[in-house]
Amino acid sequence: MSAGGIKPKTTFQQAAKVTLANSQMRRNLRHATTTIRDKRLRTVAELPDWEALRDEGARIKDHVLANLGEYLLDLEASVKRRGGHVHWARDAEEAREIVAKIAASHGAREVIKVKSISTDEIELNAALERHGIRAIETDLAELIVQLADDRPSHILVPAIHKGRAEIRDLFRAKLGAELLTDDPKHLAEAARVYLREKFLTTKVAVSGANFAVAESGTVCVVESEGNGRMCVTLPDVLISVMGIEKVLPTWQDAAVFLRLLPRSSTAERMNPYTSFWSGVTEGDGPQEFHLVLLDNGRTDVLADDVGRQTLRCIRCSACLNVCPVYERTGGHAYGSVYPGPIGAILTPQLLHLEDKNANTLPWASSLCGACYDACPVKINIPEVLLYLRGKINEAKPLSAEAVAFKTVAWVMAEPHRFEGALKLARTGQGPLVKDGAIHALPGLLSGWTDARDLPAFPKQSFREWWRASRER
Amino acid sequence: MNVDLFITCLNDALFPRTGEATVRLLERLGCDVRFNAAQTCCGQMHFNSGYQEDALKLVRHFVETFRDAEVVVAPSGSCVGMVRDLYVKAAEWAGDETLLREVRLLAPRVFELSEFLVHHLGVEDVGAYYPHRVTYHQTCHAMRVLRVGDAPLKLLQNVRGLMLVALPNVEQCCGFGGTFSVKNADTSTAMLADKVQNVLSTDVEACTAGDNSCLMHIGGGLSRLRSGTRVVHLAEILASTEQEVFA
Ligand code: SF4
Repeated sequence: MSAGGIKPKTTFQQAAKVTLANSQMRRNLRHATTTIRDKRLRTVAELPDWEALRDEGARIKDHVLANLGEYLLDLEASVKRRGGHVHWARDAEEAREIVAKIAASHGAREVIKVKSISTDEIELNAALERHGIRAIETDLAELIVQLADDRPSHILVPAIHKGRAEIRDLFRAKLGAELLTDDPKHLAEAARVYLREKFLTTKVAVSGANFAVAESGTVCVVESEGNGRMCVTLPDVLISVMGIEKVLPTWQDAAVFLRLLPRSSTAERMNPYTSFWSGVTEGDGPQEFHLVLLDNGRTDVLADDVGRQTLRCIRCSACLNVCPVYERTGGHAYGSVYPGPIGAILTPQLLHLEDKNANTLPWASSLCGACYDACPVKINIPEVLLYLRGKINEAKPLSAEAVAFKTVAWVMAEPHRFEGALKLARTGQGPLVKDGAIHALPGLLSGWTDARDLPAFPKQSFREWWRASRER
Repeated sequence: MNVDLFITCLNDALFPRTGEATVRLLERLGCDVRFNAAQTCCGQMHFNSGYQEDALKLVRHFVETFRDAEVVVAPSGSCVGMVRDLYVKAAEWAGDETLLREVRLLAPRVFELSEFLVHHLGVEDVGAYYPHRVTYHQTCHAMRVLRVGDAPLKLLQNVRGLMLVALPNVEQCCGFGGTFSVKNADTSTAMLADKVQNVLSTDVEACTAGDNSCLMHIGGGLSRLRSGTRVVHLAEILASTEQEVFA
């Protein structure tokens, strides 16, 4: 099954060491992200009002976040009016129990699932397993990850790190498919045969939600394969799990995101399938509908003035696709179902900055800013990264690193101290310098010289030159 | 025009020639260059590493030092990015209203060298001569925070003798990221490897940029490979003339 959760097992540094060594994955990732990056730039450039649209997206989200309680109550009322049930889940545990109970009450042994990163967040599959219920992923990439007993590596293309040959072998072994080639057409066909049977026989489905419209109680899922459409229409019972930040006031707001999302995520003008459902309709579609509203740390993120913007995220994955760190390390290095730049800020916040592994994530960035430029709702990811670094450092006991930084700040606060330190460094560097450069540094700084030379301090600093040449 | 030079601590300590070149260049273009010796460091390293309280001391020091400057020019996109983009945050997060007011007054007068030349002085041809094959690395902060656009390219295109070769994948970060290069050394190295490969693919004599921190990173990789390709700060190319070669 596809493992999930948001608690990294190790630090980012440790996990990245492992993933960076996987050259096959590196090639797959580079190819995929480069292709989608270029395509995204082209499709975004087609819209003359793209920047205005981003502003509008950010504005709507900020408005929703400022009035979240009100819109959630509206949504609840609308869903109930349409014959649906609404459940409030404070944390992952509550959410898992709600879903498992509903599924069990229908005697389900299997449930089909689609587009549900929030259910990965709460590790729903494992919980269902404990209740004797098998969850079957129907999104093709999710299915691949699940069959491989792997974790998703991307929020939109969970199997982005896998090559075609790997997938063929997997389908042969796990689905008993007779596959001679790794032609994508044949791979898709093998999955289709397997899934078709599941769609037609499974009674309970679990979905995520891209957003929900408060005024009408309508939930929406956006996808590419049509499997989601099958999932939300064929079974008798549908359970949708949605983060509380996904509510939108009106259909007009939804229209903005339907324009922003596909171009940002798959670089398409429009995604192939957009499904909407409102409660239940007699004789058509699932006859029982449950909406689970998941908090799981979100209200605490909401309470933070700087961190709050994180909740604007529409999980488009544009930030992952442009991130140079993600491109090298892959999603697994982030140790959470939310990888990449958004994961680096979302995961530690959802865990209240208490998890020592998740707390290494805000440093998993060179602060190049590509994510901020790409984000359709203008989340200033670099800003949040810096802010979280500060908060995490503040809460830590004084480390050797902190002392070093304090010392440098003290030195830098006065030019004469700075100059004195330079002189000291110039004398001290003696044994380290070979041919005008430093090739090996001790301690904390050895990370630099493992792969890079460092120029030696020159005989004269700039200020010395200035004094000598200008102030005679 | 009176120009206050902010040399940045890195240039002061490790790359004085970049500072010298900046002074010569600005003077050649008729600026009256001053160097306020009270200056030290913009505080970026501290702020970016999550030591905001320590950074704040340096922010205050910078503001005090340059309060009366007409314009401040620095040969570093990332330090200017710190001042223009993050000083406001530093003051806001510290809840220091007085500092915030001062920062709002000062930050718009602080410029990166190439944007100052092209957008402020209106000069695209600085009369430089540098007869070499060169590629230009777009640094992240100049590109995404300061939006210097093609100002550096315009300047380079007008350098006599210089043959500008486009750098593949130019918009991608070199992997320096300050303490990122040490804290996440493995990832940083992987990013550097690709950047170095791209630089070498252009078969140039030198890779230039407007920031010695990125160049120190790229140059450190090139040097480790004994590649024979150098890095040289944009200011040094622009300061070079037929009479005097800086880089
Ligand atoms: S942070 Fe922005 S770019 Fe990244 S997934 Fe969320 S909405 Fe998309």
